[in-house]
Amino acid sequence: MIDQLPAIMVLAPMFGALMIGLFGQKDHRVCFPIVFTSLIISLGAAIGCANLVTKDGTIDYFMAGWEEPLGIGIQLRIDHLNALVIVLIGVATTLVSFFSIRRVGALDTEKTPHFYILYLLLCTGLYGITITADAFNLFVLVEITSLTSYGLIAMGSSRRGTHAAINYVLMGTIGASFYLLGVGYLYLKTGTLNMHDIQAILQANEEVRNSNAVIIAFLFILMGIWIKMAFFPLHGWLPNAYSYCPSSTACLLAPLMTKISVYVMIRVMISIFGLEWIFIHLGWSHLVVILAVIAIVAGSVLALAQREIKKMLCYLIVAEVGYMVGGAWLSDSNMWGLSGAMYHVLSDALMTLCLFFVAGIWSKCIDAKEIDDLEGVFKKMPITSACFILGALAMIGVPPTSGFFSKFYLIRGGIEGGHWEYVAALLFSSLVNAVLFFRIFEIAFFGKNPPEGHGHDEEHHDDHEDLHPVLEHEVSWRVTIPLIVTAVLIVLLGLFNGPVVEFIREAFPPTSEIVSARP
Amino acid sequence: MENTVTSLLPVLACLASLLAVPLIVLFRKEPFLREMSTFAAGILKFTFVLMMLPIILDGKTIVHTFTDGIGGINVPIMFRVDGLGMLFALVASSLWILTSLYAIGYMRGLKEHSQTRFFAFFALSLSATLGVAFAGNLLTLYLFYEMLSLSTWPLVTHHQDKEARTGGRTYLSYLLGTSIAFAIPAIIFTFVKADGDLSFAGEAILAGQDLGYWPALFLLLGFAFGFSKAGMMPFHSWLPGAMVAPTPVSALLHAVAVVKVGVFCVIRVITGVFGVEFFKDLSVNLVLCWIAAFTVLVSSLIALSQDNLKRRLAFSTIGQLSYIVLGVALATQHAVAGSMMHIAMHAFGKITLFFCAGAIFVAYGKKYISQLDGLGRKMPFTFGAFAIGAMSVTGLPPTGGLLSKIYLVWGAAEAHQIALLCVYLISSILNGAYFFPIVYRAFFKPAPEAEIATPGVKEAPLACVLPLSITAVGSVLLFFFPGLLLELTNLMTGAK
Repeated sequence: MIDQLPAIMVLAPMFGALMIGLFGQKDHRVCFPIVFTSLIISLGAAIGCANLVTKDGTIDYFMAGWEEPLGIGIQLRIDHLNALVIVLIGVATTLVSFFSIRRVGALDTEKTPHFYILYLLLCTGLYGITITADAFNLFVLVEITSLTSYGLIAMGSSRRGTHAAINYVLMGTIGASFYLLGVGYLYLKTGTLNMHDIQAILQANEEVRNSNAVIIAFLFILMGIWIKMAFFPLHGWLPNAYSYCPSSTACLLAPLMTKISVYVMIRVMISIFGLEWIFIHLGWSHLVVILAVIAIVAGSVLALAQREIKKMLCYLIVAEVGYMVGGAWLSDSNMWGLSGAMYHVLSDALMTLCLFFVAGIWSKCIDAKEIDDLEGVFKKMPITSACFILGALAMIGVPPTSGFFSKFYLIRGGIEGGHWEYVAALLFSSLVNAVLFFRIFEIAFFGKNPPEGHGHDEEHHDDHEDLHPVLEHEVSWRVTIPLIVTAVLIVLLGLFNGPVVEFIREAFPPTSEIVSARP
Repeated sequence: MENTVTSLLPVLACLASLLAVPLIVLFRKEPFLREMSTFAAGILKFTFVLMMLPIILDGKTIVHTFTDGIGGINVPIMFRVDGLGMLFALVASSLWILTSLYAIGYMRGLKEHSQTRFFAFFALSLSATLGVAFAGNLLTLYLFYEMLSLSTWPLVTHHQDKEARTGGRTYLSYLLGTSIAFAIPAIIFTFVKADGDLSFAGEAILAGQDLGYWPALFLLLGFAFGFSKAGMMPFHSWLPGAMVAPTPVSALLHAVAVVKVGVFCVIRVITGVFGVEFFKDLSVNLVLCWIAAFTVLVSSLIALSQDNLKRRLAFSTIGQLSYIVLGVALATQHAVAGSMMHIAMHAFGKITLFFCAGAIFVAYGKKYISQLDGLGRKMPFTFGAFAIGAMSVTGLPPTGGLLSKIYLVWGAAEAHQIALLCVYLISSILNGAYFFPIVYRAFFKPAPEAEIATPGVKEAPLACVLPLSITAVGSVLLFFFPGLLLELTNLMTGAK
């Protein structure tokens, strides 16, 4: 049983989707229990796997027992790099499913089973992407997540959502094709699709390693992943797609999709091409870091220009993707940048989840889509607002939230790698985040047009009435509980950043290999 | 090896006011219970601080480390109490009790709105202040420093009107902006340089490191401007902006807690991160000296032209903070001792002045100095206390301000910086020039005719007048009994 955990993790949501297809059409009430059960099974399996990894190290799992290295064996591999990512996927998808109960009801009821089928298939895809050890399977799974997310995005009632989905389909397809081309080149050169076999062949055979075909393959794969993760200037599809879709879709996609793509990039860098080859042989590190700097600055500035809450958050994601790409490419000798990037995958996913939850609640409950609609919301919805403040502080990078520590690691990497422009960009983006969020706090605290004159006017002095309406506007516990859990997780991840980062760092090759030949 | 004692006391002292927050919110409909919980927390906090005092005077330091906390960068959340932290904690926690009393009188006297929020955030910001005082490493220091910036924002913007909004915006953009832009890189740079050590215990973090002139200078300025609560020019304008807050906030936070946290951080950086000796060897200290000296003179000159009483006090505070920075930047034994003492001396003097400004506003609704003619005869206690506070800040006997100023001047002479010594002297004259006309106006100028009709004494409520009298007496007592302060500063400077 325990041996089968990786397969259970991936397949549980898929079977859930089939079950809904069979039974959910007739009676919509069975949908949620099925969704919840299968997600909980996956989450349990993910935690079990992570636990095994802590104890015994890497788990290799061969689907259906096909082990031949050059055959069609589908290998799943869970190691220190992705163990925490699958737990993150489990936690996030479960929380969002809770959050989605009411939201989905608000959609056309006809669509409820469809929504959940897509939802579960998306989860299958995400788990699969994270643990597959096969370059071609990765493509297939990326396509599964993409196709399901096109559907989820287009499901909203607004026409803009449909438009955004089409835009996303086009961009996503181009990205996937790039990736596939890259894998094709690699297959030609190495004759295998298994990541670790490719790496072994590349390492053994210097001629292959240094051939232009492999470089081109890397470039194609990188471009494909960058489109998927909305790395500036390839981000065009993201803001509309995530802000015009239903709230629960946004909560599911925004935290996970881009972050998983970043993970895929790091996985490809470590497990296919090898850091030494990338940083030393190619030496593109400076170029990519500069691209990341541009992404960070551009994302922050664009976020500053937005009036809509969700759009603003979307551009912040673009900036955060810049953080992670830059961090992964810092090529500092102790790999703090890479550790920071991986840690930020977890931390940013939680922060984004928290903020998108709140944005979803606000747009539903008080019909606040623009920043200016938030007048006085602190008083009306204290719990939601407190979680928002926490998420915002994490985005700004105030200790002890996880956002502070990811910045700490990334900046450390920047200083040790000598990339001062990256350090400056991170600080700039923190400042912009501070401005952005305190602009919101101000409106939420004051109201848009504060009364003239002093606060101690006659009408104000009754303290008791001030606090009376508290909690009346607060939404139901089914929505606030996932939100509060997320907020608590942000702080916990911050406080336990030490063990987490140590855990992640076990996945990296020993530093000496890379240090020795650093330019 | 340092003589350390492990104890939970610093954590408890820090938590005492944090635990009051839920109580305050719980009793939001019972003003009496609400304010009693504030008091109880204040007294509890002060007791915890006092309980640590004998251990500190024994020459030991108290340490408590949360090892499981922030371990990845191997920097735990660490509390550590030494002479300097003790001194600051004593000042802050004792004055909080008085300020609570004063706040009750002030807030009720003016029938302010949202008093629950006010008291809750006040308690929160005091936790942050003690957290800074007892921080055992740079990371913990920074954690509480930011917590203080954030928890005081609702206090500054308490009135929720346009003016408060502008003030609050300036407040946060300066405090948060500088700390993100300058302090974080400085901390991380230190971290990288010192190979993962950020603790203040033992040797100074960077002492003996191979650090060139320019990196050292940038690091120093990063810290000095990053901790912009110290109000060094050009990052000072948040303080006058923050004067839109209710007066108890200006009194405790913007004369004692917040601003002193700024200078406290600068002192910590110079003594704990660089180490005084190493700091002097790097010869970057003169740059900081002159920035501080410039701030002292310019802010005093600006103060002369302010008609709004609280703004004048704010600019005076900016000048006095730079006294402290200048003292520690001189890096001689007596100058550093003087700086530390000045934290306490200035706190008592300036809080008295702010209390007076608030009392005048509560009793007569007057904010401007030009309106104060003849008011001294109606509010003899208030203006008497004002005079004592002004003497202390100017540095006249028999008030505590004289002692710290003597040490500072002595320190400047020790460093052979005659020009900087003159800065101290000139600015003392300027201090006198902007304070005593107010006293003169209040006592000797005739009141405007409209007000002559109602002669007789009419003071602010007792809850306002009592605290300000106590702090004024405190300023005088500090002149006669400075023993405790001297002992605490000697612990830090190593003098016998």
